[in-house]
Amino acid sequence: MDHPTAAAKFVANDTRAHWHDKALWFVREKRDRMAHGLPEWEILRETAAAIKSHTITHLADLLEQFEENATKLGATVHWARDGAEHNEIVHGLLRDHGVKKVVKSKSMLTEECHLNPFLERHGMEITDTDLGEWLVQLRQEAPSHIVLPAIHISKEEVGELFHDVLGTEAGNSDPQYLAEAARHALRQRFVEADAGLTGVNFAIAETGGIVVCTNEGNADLGTSLPKLHIASMGIEKIIPQAAHLGVFLRLLARSATGQPITTYSSHFHGPRPGGELHIVLVDNGRSDLIGSDEFRRSLSCIRCGACMNTCPVYRRSGGHSYGTTVPGPIGSILAPAQDAKAHHSLPFACSLCGSCTDVCPVKIDLHHQLLTWRKLIAVRGLVPLSKRLSMRLATAVFKRPWLFNLGGSIARWVTPKLPRFLIYNPLNAWGRQRELPEFPKESFRQAWEKRRSSSGGDGKDTSS
Amino acid sequence: MSSRDAILAAIRKHPLEQTPLPTLNQDWIQYPDRVAQFTTVIETVGGRCIPVSSEGEINSHLKELPQFASAIVRCSTVDGIGEPTLDAGSVAKPHDLLAVDFAVLRGEFCVAENGAVWITDEPTPHRALYFITQHLALVVPRSQIVSNLHEAYQRLAFEKPRFGAFLSGPSKTADIEQSLVIGAQGPRSHVVFLLDDGA
Ligand code: SF4
Repeated sequence: MDHPTAAAKFVANDTRAHWHDKALWFVREKRDRMAHGLPEWEILRETAAAIKSHTITHLADLLEQFEENATKLGATVHWARDGAEHNEIVHGLLRDHGVKKVVKSKSMLTEECHLNPFLERHGMEITDTDLGEWLVQLRQEAPSHIVLPAIHISKEEVGELFHDVLGTEAGNSDPQYLAEAARHALRQRFVEADAGLTGVNFAIAETGGIVVCTNEGNADLGTSLPKLHIASMGIEKIIPQAAHLGVFLRLLARSATGQPITTYSSHFHGPRPGGELHIVLVDNGRSDLIGSDEFRRSLSCIRCGACMNTCPVYRRSGGHSYGTTVPGPIGSILAPAQDAKAHHSLPFACSLCGSCTDVCPVKIDLHHQLLTWRKLIAVRGLVPLSKRLSMRLATAVFKRPWLFNLGGSIARWVTPKLPRFLIYNPLNAWGRQRELPEFPKESFRQAWEKRRSSSGGDGKDTSS
Repeated sequence: MSSRDAILAAIRKHPLEQTPLPTLNQDWIQYPDRVAQFTTVIETVGGRCIPVSSEGEINSHLKELPQFASAIVRCSTVDGIGEPTLDAGSVAKPHDLLAVDFAVLRGEFCVAENGAVWITDEPTPHRALYFITQHLALVVPRSQIVSNLHEAYQRLAFEKPRFGAFLSGPSKTADIEQSLVIGAQGPRSHVVFLLDDGA
């Protein structure tokens, strides 16, 4: 399904679509307050971008250094070329340890690899312990946002879900009450688990440690009770030194949710006494991106979600409309890199407003990369016919000023007199949720000419 | 070829112009009154900071906290504080700490800009205690407070196997319609006692 078709489903529920838009804009505003509260914000962003650029251009060396140091600390490092190999490695470890029950904290990488269904097919019980992730898991959905996975679900829906699953009171949709019920159920899962899986926010080459950030403390509960900890990470999560965490942890939570830091920022250096720590490094297409001058910088992403919160298209179309693990602006760059044909519509789900680029804490040139994708998709002939035809028409008109002028005057005269069905019909996608503004009497060119002659000929505004 | 070698080769296949590391030597924010800044920020994230002049004073503050007064199972790794009923070191498995109502533990230092306290698993045999207890109190020497995270990392070395974390306030979630709920899965309350150490 392409983005416009999937988005139509989301906007069909008008109340939800408006709530979604406002809720995310509120998060964006919290991010702004945090950013403006630090005089060095721009220096932090520049420093972060430079560290990431260094990292990507030294990636193989840093990965080797990380492996060596992590191994010294007693961790075991595994390498997976793709999602399937990652899942095999994780499953092998769980099987060899006789694991039946697994708790997992938020990890977009394991979503990308579709780890849950794989483990379930092998008879394991896996619980996503981040509350938002648990909600989508129980609903058998994918997260719709990388930081706020359940942002598309209403509290009434959570109330119904918990009534069915946990036996909470029918009709009670108080967030406090529901979160309390989840707390009891999830704490029990932690105690019963045989292994804890986590993602990785940062892996430090210099020390061999990994850092995991959560607000709920679920990664910590999941790794301090069972003896086996498996951490999965994309190879781009490496940073050179521990001191660089000063830069990234200052940016991450402020950009993501407008918090000064996540509640828990946990540094794992080696397994805990008597336990085991396995770290799985996953490529899954990342090394190909390194070779791309246009899209290499997308590997700097620290998955803060700020570009989603600010994106006018994401806010109004919802994360599921992208049909990818990572939605929004960054997802619309990463997904076509994996499969341009399947995700050809995503780079067009963008108004090119550039707001994503403005908020990105690692200064990825998101909207430029989206524009580049559009060109590539057109070159590869993946643009749908309707768009190709209208583009060809537009090119023909813009190339001929007389035709443009003529078209303009006819439209100004004719359009207001047209019956509605001729304008708002299925052939005009633009008219689906929009009303045309009132047409002006004269064209911009005519207004400009008039103004120029009345103000002494140079066209400048001399009225003040 | 092993996957390891295949991945490294796939990366090295693209020779890139290597870019240098930036300096971290910048005018990062400084707070003239770090304790005041820490106190303000920790309140915005749902925690509390109470400056105290003696360990005895911590005990009297604790008695006034309803969550302490009603706590049945209490753990403490700070001598003479928190009237412990259970020695965390004596339990065989961290799972046996599920019933802990209140824990008093040591923190190493505070970070003024974000209300975080650095903790490690050194003082306790079960690091689960920091996360599994219903309520948490941290005791940190008042002199041990830095302005920003860059200064924090200058203090930290990660040479041996060790767990360490920045904790900033109690466990929380906003996953149900963005309503903030304190006490997601970890501690429901978080108080930091800044103990005057005369420095
Ligand atoms: S692209 Fe930038 S803004 Fe978007 S999630 Fe990644 S780091 Fe955050």
